[in-house]
Amino acid sequence: MPERTATVASRSGLHARPAALFAELAGEQPVDVTIAMQGQPEDEAMDAASILSLMTLGAAKGDVVVLRAEGDGADAALDALVKLLETDLDAE
Amino acid sequence: MQNFQGVGVSPGRIIGSVRQMPKPVSEPPSGERLAADVAPEDAVARLKAAAQSVHDELKARADSASGDGKAVLEATALMAKDTMLLKSAGKLINAGSSAERAIWEAGASVSEMLHNLGGYMAERATDVLDVRARIVAELRGVPAPGIPSSETPFILVAEDLAPADTATLNPAVVLALVTSGGGPQSHTAIIARSLGLPAVVAAHGVDEIADGSEVYVDGAAGFVALEPSDEHRASATAWAETSATLAAFDGNGTTADGHLVPLLANVGGAKDAVAAAGLGAQGVGLFRTEFCFLERDTEPSVDEQAAAYKAVFDAFPGKKVVLRTLDAGADKPLPFLTDATEPNPALGVRGYRTDFTTPGVLERQLEAIARAASESEADVWVMAPMISTAAEAGRFASLCAAAGIKTPGVMVEVPSAALTAATVLREVGFASLGTNDLTQYAMAADRQLGPLAELNTPWQPAVLRLVQLTVEGAAQEGAGREASGGAGAAKPVGVCGEAAADPALAVVLTGLGVTTLSMTARSLAAVGTVLKTVTLEQAQELARLALSAPSATEAREWVRAKLPVLEELGL
Repeated sequence: MPERTATVASRSGLHARPAALFAELAGEQPVDVTIAMQGQPEDEAMDAASILSLMTLGAAKGDVVVLRAEGDGADAALDALVKLLETDLDAE
Repeated sequence: MQNFQGVGVSPGRIIGSVRQMPKPVSEPPSGERLAADVAPEDAVARLKAAAQSVHDELKARADSASGDGKAVLEATALMAKDTMLLKSAGKLINAGSSAERAIWEAGASVSEMLHNLGGYMAERATDVLDVRARIVAELRGVPAPGIPSSETPFILVAEDLAPADTATLNPAVVLALVTSGGGPQSHTAIIARSLGLPAVVAAHGVDEIADGSEVYVDGAAGFVALEPSDEHRASATAWAETSATLAAFDGNGTTADGHLVPLLANVGGAKDAVAAAGLGAQGVGLFRTEFCFLERDTEPSVDEQAAAYKAVFDAFPGKKVVLRTLDAGADKPLPFLTDATEPNPALGVRGYRTDFTTPGVLERQLEAIARAASESEADVWVMAPMISTAAEAGRFASLCAAAGIKTPGVMVEVPSAALTAATVLREVGFASLGTNDLTQYAMAADRQLGPLAELNTPWQPAVLRLVQLTVEGAAQEGAGREASGGAGAAKPVGVCGEAAADPALAVVLTGLGVTTLSMTARSLAAVGTVLKTVTLEQAQELARLALSAPSATEAREWVRAKLPVLEELGL
């Protein structure tokens, strides 16, 4: 299954406004995307389009997360999401 | 005829029809099963439809809201159709649970997860519970929790109002606020004063008043009557007339014998400042700068801050504007400054103390203030919140000096600062009493708790004594300077808490020797009118009376009995 790792760049971590923006983009993808902290078992990965899942994940700035998706368009979807994660959204 | 007695927190006498805030949504019984004739997939579909309509309703409200309220509503709307929430409810439905019970349990477990994470996430836990209640209400076909929407004006009766409710409160249709819970310094009280709505809090039994009942509300006496009498009708009519004559403050705060007590306004930004200037405020006694920061995840730049401050200064050319540096923490968290996981935030790193953990933010703010001040004609004074010791005051003064700010001061909110006012004032140019927090800390009583309403009033003789000690400390410090050959005038001690907005208490504070009173601009007319009816000597006599009272209730009653003008004006 295609997967990517990404380092959370937003100062406030993956909650508040960055989480809302990320969940929105994940929901727009043609494939289901999951998110987990690096080192977490794959079956504990959560729905990346759920703002509540992202908040319970509790990823802070500098934490590394793993994104996974399968099917047509998975690679493009993952690339787009990684790019967003690695942008400091609080600075915008 | 039935009467209810509560605590009056915002004056006004009015008659109107009651709308109860919908009762909180009751918990679907534990173990409630899906009806035998309903297929689980139909129940899931019904739940999704309900969630979607709650989402749409919240989204529509977010679109018509602004500022803080908008951001909260947008996030809450997203939660309503969150896949995590709905999937876990779906599983429970497939296992035989009713849709109502399923979303209830799913919401509880998500909320608990967030709560256990602490900090920002813990604050969002209540939003999940709010969404859950709205979805259950939608499934049951009962009104959503929150302020009822109505075209015709009404008196809102509730258990208590939350800050989120006040964001959606339309003062054009809400005539008065009555709550069974809450205290004199609750959000309900603060919003009522700023909107100029009569309000009574902590009135037991008002939850039972039927929707549509006509009631009489006296927001000064804290009194609510079902089936108003002719006398009540006459009072309400008289109030409508006096409030019209009270509407104008002439911009000159003074006692009957000409002792000047400038009346200033509390503001949160340029809009408030312009409105306050229009209402005759003689300056600003409290500019809450954190309101320029509250919607932010990151610190605003110096340029941005300077522009926001200058906009307030420009509303008062040639007049005094007292600016309070960032007061973050406790009920006003800022993600870039405060640690929301503190177990006891009211006693934590808040106010000036955030400079211990996040140095630099305060210095940049002072730089922005100095720049804005140099570009405006206002007389800018700057004070730090939550100062506890003379050493902190001294350090703040040196930071101000380094930034080029001429008049540094401190807020007196922590009892230790009141008790050591003489040494604290040696370091700075003035003090301003923040009576809300001073009361909370002196009485060890959380401001928001209804059961502690009795403790949480600035009429508490212990709080008045702390005000007196601060004024005495200023006099002592002045005398010390004179003895060593300097100018001996006592440094100014103002009040900028809610206490100054109560006309009777304003008289007492004047009698205690407070030099300026700063309040929500709506209260200027009432305070100015009452102050003009007493001499300084009478005010001093009333201050002695209040200090000698055995309780807050008696202090208030004794003073009010000697100020018949309050009764005449319905204040």
